[in-house]
Amino acid sequence: MSNYLEFEKPLAELEAKIGELRDFSTDNVDFSSDIKKLEKKSEKLRKEIFSNLSRWQRTQLARHADRPYVLDYIDLIFTDWFEVHGDRNYRDDPALVCGFARFEGQPCCVIGHQKGRNTKEKVYRNFGMPNPEGYRKALRVMQMAEQFGLPIFTFVDTPGAFPGIGAEERGQAEAIARNLREMATLKVPVIVTIAGEGGSGGALAIAVGNRVLMMEYSVYAVISPEGCAAILWNDGAKGPQAAEALKLTSRDVDSLGCVIDDVVPEPLGGAHGDHKTAANTLKEYLKRHLDELSQLSAEELVEQRYQRFRNMTQVEE
Amino acid sequence: MAWFQRKKAPVSAVENKKTQMPEGVWTKCKNCQEIIYAKEIARNLNVCPKCDYHFRISARERIKLILDEDSFVEMDAKIRSVDFLEFKDSKKYKDRIRDAVKKAGDGDAVICGSGTIESLPVIVGVFDFSFMGGSMGSVVGEKLTRAIEKGIEVKAPVLIFSSSGGARMQESILSLMQMAKTSAALAKLKAAGIPFISVLTDPTTGGVTASFAMLGDINMAEPRALIGFAGPRVIEQTIRQTLPDGFQRSEFLLEHGMVDMIVPRNEMKQRLSQILHIFTKS
Ligand SMILES: [Zn+2]
Repeated sequence: MSNYLEFEKPLAELEAKIGELRDFSTDNVDFSSDIKKLEKKSEKLRKEIFSNLSRWQRTQLARHADRPYVLDYIDLIFTDWFEVHGDRNYRDDPALVCGFARFEGQPCCVIGHQKGRNTKEKVYRNFGMPNPEGYRKALRVMQMAEQFGLPIFTFVDTPGAFPGIGAEERGQAEAIARNLREMATLKVPVIVTIAGEGGSGGALAIAVGNRVLMMEYSVYAVISPEGCAAILWNDGAKGPQAAEALKLTSRDVDSLGCVIDDVVPEPLGGAHGDHKTAANTLKEYLKRHLDELSQLSAEELVEQRYQRFRNMTQVEE
Repeated sequence: MAWFQRKKAPVSAVENKKTQMPEGVWTKCKNCQEIIYAKEIARNLNVCPKCDYHFRISARERIKLILDEDSFVEMDAKIRSVDFLEFKDSKKYKDRIRDAVKKAGDGDAVICGSGTIESLPVIVGVFDFSFMGGSMGSVVGEKLTRAIEKGIEVKAPVLIFSSSGGARMQESILSLMQMAKTSAALAKLKAAGIPFISVLTDPTTGGVTASFAMLGDINMAEPRALIGFAGPRVIEQTIRQTLPDGFQRSEFLLEHGMVDMIVPRNEMKQRLSQILHIFTKS
């Protein structure tokens, strides 16, 4: 771990101290009891901090610079991965990664938003904000998966679809809309994991699944807290208040009862501190859902997915 | 994404009224700045007689304009929005709904029903921008989905007239889901071989554009309507550039291949009739 959020700083300081003591330890000087004490303290502090997170803090965790991205999950959960590129029309979009792999030995398709870790990568991945060609590539690849009868795993992690001149010229809205319609008709299992940021239409465009899971510290909302705050209070800095109003955490979304199927628990301190444990837990969930969906025929899969979204309604009549 | 992101969002009820229903004796055209006799604009289908600027019109006015006289039968008029998130900004969502219903006299931002266009039965959904910026929450998504399903059931073409800032922020994730719900219903309509015509009017942005509004077999736009995914202000802030003239207007979308045609208000009914009769071989 190399990046710390404000509320993680006390933990970072403790960890640094523990590291120092370890460095100073020699055969003659033994700090092991001090180290143990500090480790206990750190564990207790971590529990305290993470049991009292605000919605804004959870949003920050969802965006944590060390959080596992789709390529990390691919590395930890899948084998035999190969990426495919381009929408066959305009260009390849590095913000959306598409390819094929094996899950537990079974061939499958994997799609996900990819952010970058350093400045150069971030720019290359456009901060995980796809252009229309990204969504068109994803659709091309999902329909290819359907052609070969392969289940599709998608990983959502985007602030949103890119708002730019070129994106509008090339039909960002049309690209997203088409994905929503066509994903509804796919005759293979589609399992969606909201891995980090589930930002609006740009997230949904790869999230029309038979199952939708949210990682514990992921968020999913119609607009970013900053965007919401800019509108409500004309002040993008009021993101923390907007996050509260939007009820965007995995717990919030789960409590609606119809939008997601599971919240996948993350290791204490968040997935960014322990990619491997996070991925292993997620793998178990993916496995169970794929097993269940494998029992359904193509027609049943389409109908189950339709009804899933059809029932997302809260009205008075 | 959402209705409030527009540069010229429905700032206040007062401004809204001005642009939507010219009141008083004289009205200043938003586009050419001419001062025009209000009744003259109204007589001209709320289109400026000097510069052809299309003022926003209410859903009821639109229905009168497009459907055969007295043919409209409303569906699902009684569905109401619920403040299930207890969303509060300067005002509680609950109160916002109540006030909007009181002001509009209608249940929500879209009115749906059946009717005929030159004797051809159709199902229509018509947005009203004056109701919370035409924003789409559960009610709008549900009414439109039922309308599409009705179209499948009775084998009638479906027409949606959009005028919306997008998804309704006050219903957060569930309003986002209406995009998937309505689009999935359109997949069924398509599979049933029934035409869907999307008419985009000023303004259509965000989650409405990024779902059913862009999925017409025919996408038709009124002249100079603002149509886009992201609001102009959001784009400007992101790329730190001023936007070119005419950006995200109907003519821009036609040029970039996103809409099939631009049809002025006074020709719209006839054009819709022509298309529908060809598509239904009648
Ligand atoms: Zn004028």
